[in-house]
Amino acid sequence: MQHTLELFFRALRAADVKVSPAEAIDASRAVTVVGYADRTLFRDALCSTLAKSAEEVDRFDSVFETFFARDSVSVPPPSSSPQGEPSESDMQAVADSPLAQAVLQGDATAVQQSMEEAARRAGVADIRLTTQRSRLTRRLLEEMGLEEIEKIIANARRMPGQEGLADRLDEARRNLFGQAQSYVARQHDLYAAGSARELREERLARKQLNADGGVDPVDYQLMAALVKKMAKRLAAKYSRRRHIAHKGHLDVRKTLRRSLAYGGVPFDIQFKVKKVDKPSIVAICDVSKSVAAAAQFLLTFLYSLNEVVDRLEAFAFSGRMISVNEILDDHGVEQAIFQVLQQIGFQQTDYGRSLQDFSEQHLDKLDRRTTVIILGDGRSNFADPRLDLMKEIHDRSRAVIWLNPEPESYWAQGDSVMHRYARFCHVAKQCGTIEQLERIIDDVLRSYVPH
Amino acid sequence: MTLSPTAANSAAADPLASVESLIEGLGSVGYIASRRIATALFMSVKLQKPILVEGSAGVGKTELALSTATLLGLPLIRMQCYEGLDESKALYEWKYGKQLLYTQILKDRMGEQLADAPNMEAAMDRLHGMGDLFFSEPFLEPRPLMKALREDNGCVLLVDEVDKSDEAFEAFLLEVLSAYQVSVPELGVISAKTPPLVFLTSNNVRDLGDALKRRCLHLHIPLPEAALEEKIVASRVPGIEARLVRELVTFVQTLRTMDLRKSPSISETVDWARALVLLHADSLSADVVRDTLNVILKFEQDIGAVEPQVVELLHKR
Repeated sequence: MQHTLELFFRALRAADVKVSPAEAIDASRAVTVVGYADRTLFRDALCSTLAKSAEEVDRFDSVFETFFARDSVSVPPPSSSPQGEPSESDMQAVADSPLAQAVLQGDATAVQQSMEEAARRAGVADIRLTTQRSRLTRRLLEEMGLEEIEKIIANARRMPGQEGLADRLDEARRNLFGQAQSYVARQHDLYAAGSARELREERLARKQLNADGGVDPVDYQLMAALVKKMAKRLAAKYSRRRHIAHKGHLDVRKTLRRSLAYGGVPFDIQFKVKKVDKPSIVAICDVSKSVAAAAQFLLTFLYSLNEVVDRLEAFAFSGRMISVNEILDDHGVEQAIFQVLQQIGFQQTDYGRSLQDFSEQHLDKLDRRTTVIILGDGRSNFADPRLDLMKEIHDRSRAVIWLNPEPESYWAQGDSVMHRYARFCHVAKQCGTIEQLERIIDDVLRSYVPH
Repeated sequence: MTLSPTAANSAAADPLASVESLIEGLGSVGYIASRRIATALFMSVKLQKPILVEGSAGVGKTELALSTATLLGLPLIRMQCYEGLDESKALYEWKYGKQLLYTQILKDRMGEQLADAPNMEAAMDRLHGMGDLFFSEPFLEPRPLMKALREDNGCVLLVDEVDKSDEAFEAFLLEVLSAYQVSVPELGVISAKTPPLVFLTSNNVRDLGDALKRRCLHLHIPLPEAALEEKIVASRVPGIEARLVRELVTFVQTLRTMDLRKSPSISETVDWARALVLLHADSLSADVVRDTLNVILKFEQDIGAVEPQVVELLHKR
């Protein structure tokens, strides 16, 4: 049974339920307490030791049902076949093959057992890829002793009077083949489904988001989750610093002064309190035609940032600039992105004009505690880039960070004025993939968290 | 040790004999537990592991701990967590005022004691000879965690809303939860004679660390199904008509399928049932529902969204 439990843990891990060795030990202990007799009790006991969040409970339940599926192998009872019960002579003919006996007698348990053992020998649980399925099915059947059955069929075909047996076994063989196929498919679901998702996540992290077509709608949810994870990390790091500042060191001077009230005994202890500047972020996102493909990604980042950072001013622009705080606050991520794009998206870019909008209406939002994050490609359609305004933004704020979906080698080409803007940025980096974004976030943290 | 939990029904006197008797026992103190809840609790007792209870507000997380304490006849020690909670409030604190008085007395007495010492060295020797009481048990002010460890006959320790405390405190809890002991620098290690039964509750304000989760059994209490909720209401609100229970549970269950800012949970259902009994309502009518909607819905927007649909919702079932 321990072996079965180990396999079950592996299946859980494949389904993204974290099972550490310590938890595996707990689960085994739990099983010794409750026993195997009561299926529900067995499941609930395992569940409470292994699944550690509501989502994990759901995943646990589905893995449990698949793994400990009942009646997973069905063998038609002999009475249901057109030839009726197998005769004495039939049984004699198959005396050498336990598998053939089992299927002729309709013994599902024996077939199931033989399949489990064969699966262990064939290493079905090591399945990784969808394409391995047919090969493993074949091996599984071989290990079960299908060859013997085939031999018996061939023999029976040659012998007169045994056509009935041959037909019967032929039928059983087809049935077995189907069973083995679904068994392997189930093992694939248990052990390999998770790895496929990991593969997809990894590929997505490296994918150029401004490539043609941008993010695949299929991958979209996955990307939103990845981006959110990063934005959360950013917020977590920031809040940890604030907590440290809360503690402070002993303020000797203040403590001594207070002690005068208690006859010189340092009774009321005072601590130095670090004053923490509340930093704020101004995020400006380009949603024009030239970044169309990446706009969704940039806006997702903006949206996640808005969720986790207390003081965020969000703007979007293409021809003109608007504040999108309300849209981000009031809607879900997809709806918000759609609305922003509808209001302002996909027009001719005009960086100069947009910067002017910003400095006319929102320049007061910038002070020495503000970090400005600009997401855009710096392609200004040959209009005046208004570097003077960019300089003003740079001078007024704590840091300016420019994330550009295009690689650095494109920065001075065509209508790109990125290399000129870059002079007024503390950090200007390419940010075309989620992986790059992740790396930049650490930089961002370092420059926007006050020391 | 393989207990057969189904066969042990006869031992109703010991609620911890099996999951069934635990459900029954909890029922007798007014907590209607689902099988999953009872199993998790059963495992927690058998494996001596803390149990981490998650679920939205008002599904009966805290209540589970209270009922367990009543059922087992153990004292309940409750620790409410909040941001900024630290050792001195959770574990122990020195009684500074008394310590201060002690030093005053000591100073006075010391003069007398040391007055006849021939020289400084002898005085120092005599000083070392006196017991050092300054950091000792009499000056220790135990806080909830320490109290729980010092209960010799065991107790139920409820660490409420552990997600509200900060990460440093969570890390500090690890020692208490895995070894049932704490170290006090001045005194040494204090460990529990009988490990307390520990409940931690969480509202998912923030994700708890893996280290903490690993040390606990996990129990997620979802919003109950209609049948279970009817039982809960009937047990919590004595004297309520069965028909009314059915009606109001159906109504609340319908509300939960709507897109509300805060779905009503069990405690709201129970409160509502109490309110209706007080109002002598024997069935749900649109007027009664409208008047008492504020008992189950806690946000103005939610009430605004539901109010116009009350008649429809009532006829839906």
